[in-house]
Amino acid sequence: MEGALWIGIFDCFKEVFMDALLLSRLQFAVATMFHFIFVPLTLGLSILVAVMETRYVKSGDETYKRMAKFWGKLFLINFALGIVTGITLEFQFGTNWSEYSKYVGDIFGSLLAIEATAAFFLESTFIAVWVFGWNKLSPKAHAASIWAVAFASSLSAVWILLANGFMQNPVGYVLRNGRAELDSFAAVVSNGFAWQQIIHTLSGAYLLSGFFVLGISAYHLLRKNEVDFFRKSVRMAAGFTLIFSVVVIVQGHIHGGEVARVQPAKLAAMESHWETRTHAPQYLFAIPDPENERNLVQALPIPGGLSLLAYHDPAAEVTGLRDIPEKNRPPVSLTYWSFRIMIALGFLFPVLAALAWFWRKSPEEHPLLLKSLVWAIPLPYIAIQAGWVVAEVGRQPWIVYGVMRTSEAVSPVGPGQVGFSLLALTLIYALLGAVGIFLLFKYGRKGPQSVV
Amino acid sequence: MLESTWFVIWAILWGLYFVLDGFDLGLGSMMPFLARGEKERRIVYNAMGPFWDGNEVWLITAGGVTFAAFPAAYAVMFSGMYTALMLLLFALILRGVAFEFRNKVDSPAWRRIWDWALVLGSFLPALLLGVAFANIFMGIPIDADGVFQGSILTLLNPYGLAGGALFVLLFLVHGCLWLAVRSMGELRDRAGRMAGRLWFASAGFAVLFLLLTAVFTRVYDNYLAFPVLWLILVLPLFGLVLTRIFISAGKWAKAWGASALTIMGTAMIGMAGIYPALLPSSLNPVYSLTIHNSSSSPLTLKIMLGVALVFVPVVLIYQAWVYKKFSHQLDFADLEYDGAY
Repeated sequence: MEGALWIGIFDCFKEVFMDALLLSRLQFAVATMFHFIFVPLTLGLSILVAVMETRYVKSGDETYKRMAKFWGKLFLINFALGIVTGITLEFQFGTNWSEYSKYVGDIFGSLLAIEATAAFFLESTFIAVWVFGWNKLSPKAHAASIWAVAFASSLSAVWILLANGFMQNPVGYVLRNGRAELDSFAAVVSNGFAWQQIIHTLSGAYLLSGFFVLGISAYHLLRKNEVDFFRKSVRMAAGFTLIFSVVVIVQGHIHGGEVARVQPAKLAAMESHWETRTHAPQYLFAIPDPENERNLVQALPIPGGLSLLAYHDPAAEVTGLRDIPEKNRPPVSLTYWSFRIMIALGFLFPVLAALAWFWRKSPEEHPLLLKSLVWAIPLPYIAIQAGWVVAEVGRQPWIVYGVMRTSEAVSPVGPGQVGFSLLALTLIYALLGAVGIFLLFKYGRKGPQSVV
Repeated sequence: MLESTWFVIWAILWGLYFVLDGFDLGLGSMMPFLARGEKERRIVYNAMGPFWDGNEVWLITAGGVTFAAFPAAYAVMFSGMYTALMLLLFALILRGVAFEFRNKVDSPAWRRIWDWALVLGSFLPALLLGVAFANIFMGIPIDADGVFQGSILTLLNPYGLAGGALFVLLFLVHGCLWLAVRSMGELRDRAGRMAGRLWFASAGFAVLFLLLTAVFTRVYDNYLAFPVLWLILVLPLFGLVLTRIFISAGKWAKAWGASALTIMGTAMIGMAGIYPALLPSSLNPVYSLTIHNSSSSPLTLKIMLGVALVFVPVVLIYQAWVYKKFSHQLDFADLEYDGAY
């Protein structure tokens, strides 16, 4: 019995390791998800540090300078990991997805190249100016360098998401010479779907950074450590966090409408919605059963809820998965559950942020809130990863929606090579991730004594 | 015309990457032979500190531009050299975090780990880039469908290895010179002396490589067809001689500049030789990926030309400002600065 189990596991592994496509997909998932542990904090914390330093320059209050330095130190540990893991992503399109690169490089490649020249250079050059320039630049010029970093990292996200937006909702191209060629650059950069993703991703990243600052501040406030310093940090982060946790929900709802219009299969998978119908209800609880093309359980329906959410009309018709050919359906369970996780956490964030904002003047008097904030630090990370699973797994089986299948995109590289690189990459990333998180803990706990 | 312009930009961007990251890859590899004791090691880190990150973006840009302007060449080049590129990536990743992590835990064992990451993570990319580009100059076995018919061992042929050794040596000299620019006292003397010694090896290898190029590649065919190209050969040779003169005079910044010229010139020799191919096929010249069969649409090339002509100079200007602002000679007091690596 046990022997059979082991043989089964072995066969399973053997199957995975014989399949370059599956291995490449796994590798892309590892590389991208790991990269995106670090990117959101870079995007938001750079802004918060810039605000802190600007306050210092304007008021001359040394506490703000210490704040910029302390949060800046955590920023840098995180930044290093974001930078080095970013190189992998650009290389991977060529190494693992060469057919994709040939087919859409005309558009996709140019967006990546613009990102590097217009944004990434600015970001990586001026972070060094900020680190090494405390005594070499005037306070104003020094504050300007962190603003340059903040601006450049968000600009960088814009270009990358325009590229991803093309995969989600290809526009501005013509099929010519056996590939997708650019037809209108204006259409590519004004892709409405991409801009929905940009706003959603940036506000998610900003709210994550807000919770990071709130959580670490709460940790120290619970221990009555540097109360003034961390109270000020909370005051600065609370409003920021609240604003973006509201933006992310309101805009996320609009974004969902776009998904319904542009990618009906993804929407159906997100909701595990099988039957095409008008007045589609929103079930508050359901368990998908993709094998039998139904839900195992579905309960607590809100009549017309799904139609209303997707099309702003309780009578609207919502396409069900059964009316989408099986070869065009994304994996339902993964998409569905990831979406649930993101939504559940998404509703928790404004509540926590609102409480932090409400008690921002004396957060140290609310230990229960402080404890919740400490435990809330990982939650936006989970929500953001789940969100990307919805976006990317939900797009399957397409690499470029409706234009190119993921299975047609993979490089003619043998599974041995990909298996080796996947193992090595996973090991290295696991190691670096562990070290990075250990250092963030270490310096986060130490508090501002570590910098001044 | 548009495609040829892009070929030139492509070549220059890769050359710039070799020049700029070359010195910190070389210096990272040389650290164990230059720095004695913890303080000197930290000087080595800080000599590259404000620049290594910005330098690495030139790799992203060179790669990105290959993708944008010549997607088919990018696809075949990167998938064909799969394992070599993965190793390059792993090395660059470990090296990058070494800067940030090394000084974050106060333990000699911890620092030793990251020092190794720096040394190997610098040496391996220098070697791999040399091997990869020598193979590109020579041509790699790609078939009619752009599929690479070989393994990583195919790349490790005598000419490829000679290219790897040449890149390593050029980068080592370049890195030693940079440390001589940025340090003082004994460390500076040691770096200068080392640059002088390694110069002989690099000059010898450069001449050997130029000869091997005639034996193993068809690079000089273009030169025979367009004799004006022989002028390109003057660049690295002139650079080598100048480097020697400035090393002897102890003019480290100028020697570094001359070494930069050598590296740029070496890259240009090969690039000019393979034109109009970006990736020659060793199986049949017809299978080569050239500017004609692998470039993007004219519209994309035009837009990207605008982007490159605006942003590359802007980047060069602000990076030059950063180099000017942060290239002072380091002494041990600089290590007290709380942002120092």
